[in-house]
Amino acid sequence: MTVISPAPAPAGADVAMLRVTAKEAQADGVLTLELAAPSGGRLRDWTPGSHIDLVLPNGLTRQYSLCGDRWDPSHYRVGVLMEPASRGGSRYVHDSLRVGDLVGVGGPRNNFALVPSDQYLFVAGGIGITPILPMVRQAEMLGADWRLLYGGRSRGSMAFLGELERYGDRVVVRPQDEHGLLDLAGFLGQPREGVRIYSCGPGPLLAAMERTCATWPPYSLRTERFVAEEAGAPARTAPFEVELARSGTTVTVTPEMTVLDALNQVGVEVLSSCRRGVCGTCETTVLAGRPDHRDALLDDDERDVNDCMYICVSRSRDERLVLDL
Amino acid sequence: MTTTAPPARTVPTSDVDPFSHEVLEDPLPMHTELREAGPVVHLTRYDVHALARYDEVYAALVDWQGFQSAAGVGLSNFRYEKPWRPPSIVLEADPPKHDAPRRVLQKVLGPRALRRLHDSWAADADALVDEVLSRGTAFDAVASLAATFPLRVFPDAVGIPQSGRENLLPYGDHAFNAFGPANDLVEKGAPRVAELSAWVNAQCQRDVLAPTGFGADIWAASDRGDITPEQAPLAVRSLLTAGVDTTVHGISAVLYAFATNPEQWQRLRRDPALARVAFDEAVRWESPVQTFFRTATTDVRVGDVVIPEGHKILMFLAAANRDPRRWENPDVFDLSRDPSGHVGFGMGIHQCVGQHVARLEAATLVTALARRVATIELDGPTVRHHNNTLRAWESIPVRVTLD
Repeated sequence: MTVISPAPAPAGADVAMLRVTAKEAQADGVLTLELAAPSGGRLRDWTPGSHIDLVLPNGLTRQYSLCGDRWDPSHYRVGVLMEPASRGGSRYVHDSLRVGDLVGVGGPRNNFALVPSDQYLFVAGGIGITPILPMVRQAEMLGADWRLLYGGRSRGSMAFLGELERYGDRVVVRPQDEHGLLDLAGFLGQPREGVRIYSCGPGPLLAAMERTCATWPPYSLRTERFVAEEAGAPARTAPFEVELARSGTTVTVTPEMTVLDALNQVGVEVLSSCRRGVCGTCETTVLAGRPDHRDALLDDDERDVNDCMYICVSRSRDERLVLDL
Repeated sequence: MTTTAPPARTVPTSDVDPFSHEVLEDPLPMHTELREAGPVVHLTRYDVHALARYDEVYAALVDWQGFQSAAGVGLSNFRYEKPWRPPSIVLEADPPKHDAPRRVLQKVLGPRALRRLHDSWAADADALVDEVLSRGTAFDAVASLAATFPLRVFPDAVGIPQSGRENLLPYGDHAFNAFGPANDLVEKGAPRVAELSAWVNAQCQRDVLAPTGFGADIWAASDRGDITPEQAPLAVRSLLTAGVDTTVHGISAVLYAFATNPEQWQRLRRDPALARVAFDEAVRWESPVQTFFRTATTDVRVGDVVIPEGHKILMFLAAANRDPRRWENPDVFDLSRDPSGHVGFGMGIHQCVGQHVARLEAATLVTALARRVATIELDGPTVRHHNNTLRAWESIPVRVTLD
C-alpha cells in the first residue's frame, strides 16, 4: 500500500544533499551506494540512462549512472568501480565514504535516454553495465524484443550478474578471460531498420561499436562514455558571495541555504516553482563566476558554458558569482 | 450541498456536483467546504475521492507511482471506458511510455529555447496594445487582449497555417470539458467534435507545419529517433490542445486581478520586473486549470482513509492554491507574495510542459500594457465562461486611463 504522508514542499537543499544509506560490495572492485534524502522524502525523478553528480566530502565531483529502481522514489543506487588510477574519486568512495555520510548531489541528468522502439540491442563493458541495468528492465516491461551482450575482464569483476539471471538467455555474459574479445558483429547481426543499439563501457569498446555500426542506419547507435575524472574546481563547502549586477547588492550564501533563499532574505524576488532544479522557472543569467550546477535540466555542454543557473539548487564553485539580477 | 461529519476512521462524504453550473459560476465555497471536511472527501455523486488541501494535492501530483495518469486524467476511467480521442502521449501516459515524448517537449518548449522568441513577442504585445488603445479606452479585456494575443503568437510559434485558427479555442474548450462528466457542457461540444478533431489532426502533419517552429522541432526529434514518427503528430496535438485556452484564461485571470486590485497595478507600474510574479500569482489565485484526476495504482492511504486500487481521485488544484494551511491571506491577489510552489501548473513529471511559454506570453502582454496604461478598472458586469475543468471569463469590460 502507498501511504501519502504530506510533507511541506521540499527545499532545494533536501534533494541536493543526500545521505549514504547502504554500501555493498557487488563484484571485485565494484560496490554500490544507496542514497536517500535526510528527510526520507522523494528524490528527483529519473529515467534510465541518467547520471548524477556526487560531490564528495573531499570536494571532488564525480558522475555515476543511476542503476536502481525508479519506482522507489526515495532511494538512488549507483555502482562505483575502484579505478587504479583514481585521483581521489573512486578511491575515496571505496576507502573513506561511510554509511551515514552526507554527499552533495546534482542531477539526475540524462544524455543517454532510452528512445521508443520494439527492438533493442545492449552492449555493456565492465562498469558500463550500470546505465544499461534500468534500461533492460524497462525494455522487458514494455515487451520489447531485446538482448544484452555483457563483457568484462573476468566473471568475478562483473557486477549485477545475479540481477540479470532472471532475463535468461536474453543476456549473454562474456568474460574476456573465458571468451576473449566480444564478438560485436556476430551479436549485432546484419544492419537493419528500427533497432536501437545502446552501448556503455571503456573507450576501446565504444570505438569498436562505432566501427561495427558504421553501416547501420543513422541514429541506430547511442553510446555513453565513461566520463574522465574532471579536473574542475572543487565544489565549495565554504560560504560564497553572490553579487547582483543590476542592483549592486551582494549577498552571502552559507552552506545551509540555497541561493534562492539568500536572495529572498534580502527581498530580491525570483520566481521559482518546483524548488528541486527540475522545472526551469528560476533560470538566472550568470555574468561571472562558475556555478556548481545541481539541477536536472542542463546538458553537460550547456553546463560548461556557465551562462545560466537554476538558483533553487545550484551553488558556486568560485568565491563570487555575479548574477544578472 | 450536504457534507457529513464522519465517525473516526471513515471518510467524510459530500453530494456536491463540482461540475454543476452553480459551482462552476463560483466554486470557492465548495473548495472551502471540501478542504475543511478532511484531507480526503468521498464525492458520492461520482464515486470519486477528492483532495482539496495543498499538502495532499501536492503529494498526489508528484507521486506518479501511486497516482497514475494513463487511466485518464478526467472522470472517465480508461481501464473500462473508451477515450473520446486517442489518449495524449504525455498528459495521459505513465512512465516508461511518458519518458520520451516528455523529454522532447521539455526541450522544445524549455526556457532556453524560448529566448529567441522573447523580443518578437514583446514587439507583438506592444503592437496589439497600441492597436486596442487606438480604438478607445473602454474595451473587453477578454476579447481584445486575452483571447487575441495567444492566438497571434502561439500558432505562429508552433508553425500551423493561418486558416482555421478559429477552431483552436472551441477544440480546447471541448477537450477540457471532456475531463468532466458527460453533462450538458460536453453535449454542447459533441456536434463539432469530428470536424474540429479532423482539422486539429491535419495541422499536426509534417507537410502542413512550417519548416521552423515547435512543430518542426518535434518532427526533427522523430527524425533522430527520440520519439517515433507515430508519436510526432500526437506531440504537436498536445500543444494545440493544451496551449491555447489555458493561456487565454490565464491572461484573463491576471487582467481581472489587476482591474479589481488597483494598488497592485500601481505596484507593477513601479516595478515592471514583477510581471512574471504577477502572472504566477494570478494563476495561483484563479487557477485557470481547476482540477485533474488520477487513478490509484494500489491501495493508497490518505490520513485514515484507504482509497482502493483502481479508484479515481479528483485533485482540486484551485482549492490547494487557496489553502490557508499553506498560504497567508490566500484570497488576496498580492504581488508581494512569493507564489512559488503553487500547483496551478501541476507539479512533478506531468507539470505543465508549456509553463514557460505561458509565462512569456503573459509577461510580454502585461509589460506592454503597463508601459501605456496608468489605471485599469472594471467597466460593467463581468461574465463567466463555464467549463468542466477551466475557470474562465467570457467577458471582462474594462476602462483604462493612459499616461
